[in-house]
Amino acid sequence: MKHLTEYRDGQKARRLADEIARIVTRPWAIMEVCGGQTHSIIRNGIDQILPDEIEMIHGPGCPVCVTPLEVIDKALAIAARPEVIFCSFGDMLRVPGSTDDLFKVKGAGGDVRVVYSPLDAVNIARDNPDREVVFLAIGFETTAPANAMAVKLAKEQRISNFSALVSHVLVPPAIEAIMNAPGNRVGAFLAAGHVCCVTGYADSPPLCERYGVPIVVTGFEPLDLLEGIRRTVLQLERGEARVENAYPRVVAEQGNPAARAVIDEVFEVTDRAWRGIGVIPHSGWKLRDAYRDFDAEAKFAVSEIRTCESSLCRAGEVLKGAIKPNECEAFGKECTPRTPLGATMVSSEGACAAYYNYGRFVQLGERQTAGS
Amino acid sequence: MGSTNRQPTDSPDGDPAPTAVEFTGLSCPVPLQDYPHVIMGHGGGGKLSSELVEHLFLPALGNDSLAALGDSTVVDVGGARLAVSTDSYVVQPLFFPGGSIGDLAVNGTVNDIAMSGARPLYLTAGFIVEEGFPIADLQRIAADMGAAARAAGVAIIAGDTKVVEKGHGDGCYVNTAGVGLVPPGVDIAPRRATAGDAVLLSGTLGDHGMAIMSVREGLEFEAVIRSDSAPLADMVAGLLAACPDVHVLRDPTRGGLAATLHEIATAAQVGIAIEDQRVPVDPTVQSACEILGLDPLHVANEGKLVCIAPQQHAAALLAVMQAHPAGASAAIIGQVVAEHPGMVVAKTALGTSRVITIPVGEQLPRIC
Repeated sequence: MKHLTEYRDGQKARRLADEIARIVTRPWAIMEVCGGQTHSIIRNGIDQILPDEIEMIHGPGCPVCVTPLEVIDKALAIAARPEVIFCSFGDMLRVPGSTDDLFKVKGAGGDVRVVYSPLDAVNIARDNPDREVVFLAIGFETTAPANAMAVKLAKEQRISNFSALVSHVLVPPAIEAIMNAPGNRVGAFLAAGHVCCVTGYADSPPLCERYGVPIVVTGFEPLDLLEGIRRTVLQLERGEARVENAYPRVVAEQGNPAARAVIDEVFEVTDRAWRGIGVIPHSGWKLRDAYRDFDAEAKFAVSEIRTCESSLCRAGEVLKGAIKPNECEAFGKECTPRTPLGATMVSSEGACAAYYNYGRFVQLGERQTAGS
Repeated sequence: MGSTNRQPTDSPDGDPAPTAVEFTGLSCPVPLQDYPHVIMGHGGGGKLSSELVEHLFLPALGNDSLAALGDSTVVDVGGARLAVSTDSYVVQPLFFPGGSIGDLAVNGTVNDIAMSGARPLYLTAGFIVEEGFPIADLQRIAADMGAAARAAGVAIIAGDTKVVEKGHGDGCYVNTAGVGLVPPGVDIAPRRATAGDAVLLSGTLGDHGMAIMSVREGLEFEAVIRSDSAPLADMVAGLLAACPDVHVLRDPTRGGLAATLHEIATAAQVGIAIEDQRVPVDPTVQSACEILGLDPLHVANEGKLVCIAPQQHAAALLAVMQAHPAGASAAIIGQVVAEHPGMVVAKTALGTSRVITIPVGEQLPRIC
């Protein structure tokens, strides 16, 4: 398959891993920011073929995982209302709120629907003028253009029964938060290719300079990831801290101007709480005032949200790269994809789910000594 | 009845559970309690479905035949061994590329019976039809069932129709039940998987599930994905002729190959090792799965079977599969191993390994 099998070639992957082993001379901790990359690394066992000196730290780039509990609880309250058709991307349905998840709301009679595109939710609103259609607009910069487009379209077409519960998050402030965190070990970043596809990477050089870290724009297939890691290690070994694009077949320096324009028209920057991490200044997008009529939070006065996070869950430390999922005491015991305590165990992009689903409880301890 | 024959793992004098099973058990200390209502995942063929069966239905209905939890049950009746099975079909849309609810209802039950090694003989059919449903569509469904039954060599010998008020059903549901005759000497059951056995798969994975999902969600790909709905009874007869000592046959329907291999590994307390690169997946299906963030190993099939048999018969069995119209892309995908009992492990293209887990409930398309 064009653009797929050619980036999954086992022999080429081995050769890249061998080259990384040749150039590395000392331990390095590299964070892949995006949950999609975490998923691919664990699914393909890329960390198993890397030299011991390289430690991959799994970053907070899973939108499902970092959507704040308060937003999930609001979603559950809105979805339970009889007049509402609640539309969401599929993997948000199992994310635990304080007491329930969207699946349970659906089971109890709520009209909860999985959509593949936010534009589907706009169409549902058009087809059901007597119902309120709410779309759970979450995600990083990657999902923002389509979410923004849906809201813009609803406004243009005067579909007043459509609204969005927005909780967008942004990568660069998260990178800053990680670098500023006490005890940070991350020495370089693989930037998320699909985020950069939208935003480009023209804004990244200041980050490299300020924190002295290489940032390499990286894709998601095994060869993409290994090439990103190879370039990162080369920079680290040479003492460089530059932005590099290892995913040029998808990412341009300026990103996608049309996508950036629609985001800018509909959203503005806001402070945002990240589940398990806390509030990061200027790390989210919310709807601009001009689109307030389409803001589900304004439309449905959901008050009395009292969040209650599991006391066992250490997802925050996982998201910050402080611990590996299988170092959490609840991993695989109280917390499984069947009974998730935190969102990182729910989404297929969550680091805990990736570890569980690909059986990392078996190799527990094997690599924890690497590089330490 | 009740707790005595419920779960082998509950037995205090049973074998100590290996790591993987104990692990699974820990994840579910108080099953069902946290779900006061049925959710879609209870019908998804994954962990939630198993819990419903094991903790709700078995305690109420339990007997040794049911507790075997096979696709079909084999019972002795006057010296003959009868394979019995039933299945309900609620697929939407009712008509889809490669099939319809009609041929699915016949093929599904025919295949469940065939997975005991039995020759399917007779089916019954029950229809629950919603008021207002077009007679022409019901005619099409019936015609498809008739054609599928003739193709599979079975007769539908009893039936029932109920009509429910508009809004109380989703067009048309079909239930079929069937019986077949197990030939003498044939003993096919998941518990028979033995270390050293070869694991064969009769063709590409995920065709049915992705065909349905594409139509249901209006997704269009380069080529139309067609369901693989097909009867497998004559393939099974061919396999048994080539090797009467086939150990296990299963059709990987809901939950996909992952769930099927898991059930076998758990039942036989063996490990199963497969190689990613040997598992056949149609390129269009693979693309569709990539777009939606689904794993073909978890997607449903309706015309494929897994065959586990002694290694020395693998080549002959593969030849039988490949000679069958539904088995052109059949492959030997791995083997049964003594290591990691209860677990399924895949070797990746990179030469690394990963554990294949059973899906929790429904497959959820990924956000991005």
